[in-house]
Amino acid sequence: MAVVFDRTKGLLDVPTHYCPGCTHGIIHRLVAEAIEELGILDRAVGVAPVGCSVLAYDYFACDMYEAAHGRAPAVATGVKRSIPDSIVFTYQGDGDLAAIGTAEIVHAAARGELITSIFVNNCIYGMTGGQMAPTTLPGQVTETSPYGRDIKTQGHPIQVSEMISTLAGAVYVERVSVDTVPNILKAKKAIKKAFEIQMKGLGFAMIEVLSTCPTNWGLSPTESLKWLQTNMMPFYTLGVKKDTTEGEVK
Amino acid sequence: MADKVLMKGNEAIGEAAVHAGCQCFFGYPITPQTEVAAYLSRRMPKINRVFLQAESEVAAINMVYGAAGAGVRVMTSSSSPGISLKLEGISYIAGAELPCVIVNIVRGGPGLGGIQPAQSDYFQATKGGGHGDYRLLVFAPASVQEMVDLVQEGFDVADTYKTPVMIMGDGMLGQMMEPVEFKERPAKALPEKDWAASGLRGRKKHNVVNSLFLKPEELEKHNEKLQAKYAEMEKNEARYEATNCEGELDIVMVAYGITSRICKNAIKMLEKEGIKAGLIRPITLWPFPTKAFDEVIDRTKHGFVSVELSCGQMVEDVTLAANGRKPVQFFGRSGGMIPTPSDVAERIKAIVGGAK
Repeated sequence: MAVVFDRTKGLLDVPTHYCPGCTHGIIHRLVAEAIEELGILDRAVGVAPVGCSVLAYDYFACDMYEAAHGRAPAVATGVKRSIPDSIVFTYQGDGDLAAIGTAEIVHAAARGELITSIFVNNCIYGMTGGQMAPTTLPGQVTETSPYGRDIKTQGHPIQVSEMISTLAGAVYVERVSVDTVPNILKAKKAIKKAFEIQMKGLGFAMIEVLSTCPTNWGLSPTESLKWLQTNMMPFYTLGVKKDTTEGEVK
Repeated sequence: MADKVLMKGNEAIGEAAVHAGCQCFFGYPITPQTEVAAYLSRRMPKINRVFLQAESEVAAINMVYGAAGAGVRVMTSSSSPGISLKLEGISYIAGAELPCVIVNIVRGGPGLGGIQPAQSDYFQATKGGGHGDYRLLVFAPASVQEMVDLVQEGFDVADTYKTPVMIMGDGMLGQMMEPVEFKERPAKALPEKDWAASGLRGRKKHNVVNSLFLKPEELEKHNEKLQAKYAEMEKNEARYEATNCEGELDIVMVAYGITSRICKNAIKMLEKEGIKAGLIRPITLWPFPTKAFDEVIDRTKHGFVSVELSCGQMVEDVTLAANGRKPVQFFGRSGGMIPTPSDVAERIKAIVGGAK
């Protein structure tokens, strides 16, 4: 009998700790599949800092680092510079990458560091229990914005992909979502391309993945997907934000 | 034998790292250590090694974490305020048991402090600094030659114990020029880095660089493993130099780094006045060489005086080493002020009751 779908070798055969309805599981699988399909599992190194995905080292089958909050792009730089033929990726949440780790992601991108960053954006701090993130939308209620994010006192959310796109070292930046099957397929294609760009040594690539947090949003998994579509997508628009690889990678 | 060359302390540190097989250097400019980075920015690309100026000390130490975890020899350097920023990363490096060398060319603090030489980071270096139960092996060279030797030694010790090693100099050592020789070191038998996370490369099980242990029983076990390692380091790695410590002594000075050289001159001045002062110079600040104190404690009439370029930090370890058996005094200057040998001699005379 023909096998039409199989577990990726990029992930270990273990249960994850993620909440029901959380999309980290899907994104993990897309990253792992891309690594397996590109034949780079043997030289891939992942870096996951503090956040919901801090235990990613228990799930990915490649060599892994747990990093300090926000510092994954610096750690990844250390790995890539010391072992240039390794394929290095960071897997970071929005609280991590867009707040405490802003300097590290901006400068890794500016240097054109040959790493791939997977940026999982769910507009909230998940691990610590649902506090306001730099990506939290205006009016969004969180544990630390109980009256809704007030842009007058709590500032504006950051569109990281658009910001990173302004940097010459970043050659490919795309925002994707995993809310529907077609979008999951698009996300997979983007993630794979980001790794191929690293394999060809073209520059820094980042894929922002819109993700849900049913637990801290206080919504069911289905409602969460709808919330993502209704509230996140208009502000965090999907699509290629930058691609200067000029067809070198399809 | 290699020829002697005249080199600035900071540049000699860079060259010593090259000799030790340091593959990567990640730094950030800060006075008075910037020449380490500047030297390696010239040197490393020419030998196909990595020099990278990071966006901050925080990023630099995390790059060190990445490279050390990948199994290569790596170094960073900074000065006091920059080391404060690195402490988070140093704690992670210690927790994940990674070998690396960290250079601190100390300047006066607290806060932005000043840019002149000081030894006021003793607590920071030896009592943790960062969070958690960890130790940093701290070498305190007293000359440019010793900086060279201890940087090279530092890489070996770091690899042996899978631990971060600090070279703690001061602004004077970093900036002064002295003749140095880069000796051929016998290759040491070092443990294989089979834990390195540099890609599976045919390995069956993945390697993980990590300091997270969510289960209390696992974290306690991990801490006990670290403590056993530190106990081993205390047993094997404490180093010191004893000068003029034979026979009956009026007093024993305790000083490290550049201050020890001032004390050596004070010894000569005191000798002329009939005062016999010895000197214990800790070469490792942690592990602190308590054995040196046991050797002289019965022969030093007025106990010990800790001479520092700080407001009384090492004196606490001297007090612990004396353990109530003999009095312990303190003499120090701070903020970049340097005592002269006669300042030290005057203080000693006051303690022992004037010239004999």
